[in-house]
Amino acid sequence: MNVTRTLATARRVLRQLGHDPRTIALLLLVPCLLLLLLRWVFDSDPRAFDSIGASLLGIFPLVTMFLVTSIATLRERTSGTLERLLSMPLGKADLVVGYALAFGLVAVVQAGLVTGLSIWGLDLDFAGSPWLLLVIALLDTLLGTALGLFVSAFAASEFQAVQFMPAVIFPQLLLCGLFTPRDTMQPVLEAMSNVLPMSYAVDGMNEVLRHADVTGDFVRDVCVVAGSGLLVLVLGAATLRRRTA
Amino acid sequence: MMNKTEGPAVRARGLTVVRGKRTVLDGLDFDVPRGQVTGLLGPSGCGKSTLMRAIAGTQAQVTGSLDVLGGPAGSASLRSRVGYCTQAPSVYDDLTVRQNLDYFAAVLRLRARGTVDRVLADVDLADHADSLAGNLSGGQRSRVSLATALLGAPELLVLDEPTVGLDPVLRRDLWDLFHRLARGTAGDGTGGTTLLISSHVMDEAERCDRLLLMRSGRVLADDTPAALHDRTGTGTVEAAFLRLVEAANDMEAPR
Ligand SMILES: Nc1ncnc2c1ncn2[C@@H]1O[C@H](COP(=O)(O)OP(=O)(O)OP(=O)(O)O)[C@@H](O)[C@H]1O
Ligand SMILES: [Mg+2]
Repeated sequence: MNVTRTLATARRVLRQLGHDPRTIALLLLVPCLLLLLLRWVFDSDPRAFDSIGASLLGIFPLVTMFLVTSIATLRERTSGTLERLLSMPLGKADLVVGYALAFGLVAVVQAGLVTGLSIWGLDLDFAGSPWLLLVIALLDTLLGTALGLFVSAFAASEFQAVQFMPAVIFPQLLLCGLFTPRDTMQPVLEAMSNVLPMSYAVDGMNEVLRHADVTGDFVRDVCVVAGSGLLVLVLGAATLRRRTA
Repeated sequence: MMNKTEGPAVRARGLTVVRGKRTVLDGLDFDVPRGQVTGLLGPSGCGKSTLMRAIAGTQAQVTGSLDVLGGPAGSASLRSRVGYCTQAPSVYDDLTVRQNLDYFAAVLRLRARGTVDRVLADVDLADHADSLAGNLSGGQRSRVSLATALLGAPELLVLDEPTVGLDPVLRRDLWDLFHRLARGTAGDGTGGTTLLISSHVMDEAERCDRLLLMRSGRVLADDTPAALHDRTGTGTVEAAFLRLVEAANDMEAPR
């Protein structure tokens, strides 16, 4: 890995986004509007909003970065720029980490906006520090970016790439504890939810919601999300082939 | 140590490439001499792009031996010494021309200020440096792609139909540039570049120092344009090309 090339890649990805203000607006505003909508939906039951809102803070960065990365890498593959880059002295890690850095920066802004809105605008009642929320949101971005990069290797077209969203994200959404607490699920489903990384992102958010201090469970959740993010990132880098058929 | 200045730029022996279930290149033997412009000609689908991908090190399933600039094709040390321009332009449509080149220059770790301006001037795109690549015409986009390959003055340039869709004036200017590069009088003035250029345009073929004529994954002829005229008793490369390809077709036709 080479720092100059990694930073150049991150800057290039950000410049691409810079020419696409509508995507930036969608990335930043849609999560805020969705939270606003959710607050309205739970108008009569603000405590239920606390728990679901906190979970969503863990889910938004993962889902948006998954979508953005899978399409961005797929475009890189189909436009021939990936082939060009890999025939040049660019390390696979330079590319992967460059993407993660660029989208991580976008995610910081997104998470900052969403967290700020929920705490000060929507009275989401957190016991813990907002900084801990930001930590999980960032690790979620890493995970989303890594998953997007990984699945884009198995998609031959944009059509296929967007279909990976229901295939990869929805099962995690259903099992992450957003709809029913994970420990009340049927044992097989609970076991499945125990191996899906989004469960830990959501658990982590709920730990911050309930506890003023950093709990042992929170540390475990953070480690699981970070670890699985790194693992999938390595797998994603391994799907980049310098030689193709 | 790799032999840097002696021997051919590309040396292929028994070069075979399988794509899907097809044997696309079938036991090729040829050399590409250094410091010359070698043209790669052949009917559509004969394997020109596949051969170029093999030389650039992006083609999988390559067997036989293929040495580039003294080392095996695709080895890490060649990645900054070989410039490769794909047939379909590979540029970021959502970046400006200059941003595209800035990024690829950073990947090559070129720091010199003038590098990007020089290649922009070479492909006559200085006026469009700040246009989005996606808003350019087809020929302009392919010139951005070509400019990328010229960055860093590589020792070997592998160009896949770089002049397709360009007007006669631009094509003449680019071929002048290719010959200046081969003579070592263009770019940053370092020694002669070796160029391997595929084309379907026959008057361009006349301007090559050597021609490699392919048909269905094999080499039909490997000679200078003049020698091809003599061998086939024709006055143009176009006629020689037709004669050789038709003779090969007849040999294969069912009795
Ligand atoms: N990705 C691929 N998978 C399988 N076969 C392929 C693939 N790409 C090309 N081929 C086959 O390989 C053969 C050679 O293709 P290639 O692109 O090298 O031809 P070409 O000489 O460059 O043609 P053109 O002049 O039209 O660009 C063709 O028969 C083509 O069908
Ligand atoms: Mg071709």
